[in-house]
Amino acid sequence: MAEPPLGPVLHIDWTRCDGRGLCTELLPELLARDKWGYPVAITGAPTARSDVAITPRHLDAATDAVALCPLLALTIVGSSR
Amino acid sequence: MSGTAVAGAIRPPGGLNRLFSAGQDADYRAHLAAFGALAPSSLTPELVDELARSGLSGRGGAGFPVARKVGAVSRHSDRLWARSPVVIANGAEGEPRSIKDSTLLRHAPHLVIDGLLAAGAAVGASKLYLYAPAGSIDYARAAARERKDARSIVFVEAKDSFISGEASAVVNAIENGIALPTDRIVRLTTTGLRRLPTLVHNVETLAQVGLIARFGAAWFRSLGSERDPGTRLVTVSGFVPQERVLEVAGHTSIADILESCGVPLDGVAAVLVGGYHGAWIARDNLTANLSAGGLAPHGARSGAGILYVLGRHECPLVASASIVHYLASESARQCGPCLFGLPEMASLLERLATGDREQGLRRQLEALTQSVIGRGSCHHPDGTAGLVLSTLSVFAADVDAHLTGRCLRTAQPSRRSNG
Ligand code: SF4
Ligand code: SF4
Repeated sequence: MAEPPLGPVLHIDWTRCDGRGLCTELLPELLARDKWGYPVAITGAPTARSDVAITPRHLDAATDAVALCPLLALTIVGSSR
Repeated sequence: MSGTAVAGAIRPPGGLNRLFSAGQDADYRAHLAAFGALAPSSLTPELVDELARSGLSGRGGAGFPVARKVGAVSRHSDRLWARSPVVIANGAEGEPRSIKDSTLLRHAPHLVIDGLLAAGAAVGASKLYLYAPAGSIDYARAAARERKDARSIVFVEAKDSFISGEASAVVNAIENGIALPTDRIVRLTTTGLRRLPTLVHNVETLAQVGLIARFGAAWFRSLGSERDPGTRLVTVSGFVPQERVLEVAGHTSIADILESCGVPLDGVAAVLVGGYHGAWIARDNLTANLSAGGLAPHGARSGAGILYVLGRHECPLVASASIVHYLASESARQCGPCLFGLPEMASLLERLATGDREQGLRRQLEALTQSVIGRGSCHHPDGTAGLVLSTLSVFAADVDAHLTGRCLRTAQPSRRSNG
């Protein structure tokens, strides 16, 4: 539970995610897949990789990812919308 | 709050023996004789200010300032909305190299109970819990039966696992009977057990609260240093005549602690400080003291006060590999990077330890640590990666030797039938 950065972040609940990678397809500029298939933040400090900063132009795609993740593993935290 | 208004002839403990000054297996009578009763005047919200003045930090591992955590819970509680907080005394030390919490619950359970009652009163708690593994909880329960003011404490037995003492696992265990960490986007002090503001404090932290509630912040600060005031418990194990729990001032040097345990310093290769999620400190640096400032240059923290001593004759890579194996087996297997990454790390380190000379091993291990850090619902992957990185850097010369087919510690080729 790292201190989330200011501004909206995409929080990954690792206890739910099974690494099929749907989110990485929707957010290729924010998330890559690690060698086991799990989403990994492309930028940001290594210790903040459970809370991926969302830039405004990715907010819609991030919202889609939250809605489409089959395991409800994603949440947007700190959004003003 | 007056820290000195103590009933009768009770004097605050002098010297380094504070927590155990009521003696071995102290019952309520011995406890009262040593410390006196907890005055009702100390069971108030003003205790938070006294805790702030004392500078007490958590003794369970993270070392967070106690007053700030208590203050956060108070801020998030709201009596009108029935959001009165919960306080949990956490005695599940989990770390195989720590016995200080079980020792404390056995010999000074009343001090822990006092601290729990005082912290509860300070935040206006609706419910108090004491969570500890099988052996220890019986001592605490028996102690609570000796006194009238402890009837409301609920005792919950902790599972014997590395991760059972992690704060969110503690809350999960009490609420759902599952001692596994949960994903959190909000702090426990805001919403924890049954969505109430929740204060989880290590039992030693609470025992110190029990003393500060009586004798005040100035007394607490009369030992230790400005930035690491008071005393703390440490467990010394490994290459030591006997595993021991010691109460030391906050800024005592590691070398002094080892010497008082009868460890010959020239026989020591390194000390693992802070437990299995900690960092190695090589023999040349053992004059470092246990305070945050003393340990930071060596990438270590005192954590739960664990000092695991490695003898000069032992191969540090073999020792580290077996610890990482243990940590991998204790992954709660909920989070992918932890579930897959930790066993891979363990087996790479084991290959290095047992004499595999593949030159890429070091780089692969480093890369693997980067793939797990920050990618779990608790700090288990981060802590395990930290230990691996510490091993590779403090024992860099051993790694080099292993990669050329030698072991510096045994003066023999490192490829042996088993480590
Ligand atoms: S879509 Fe959900 S389950 Fe799939 S990889 Fe992304 S977070 Fe994990
Ligand atoms: S990071 Fe590992 S130990 Fe922590 S909750 Fe996830 S699987 Fe369990």
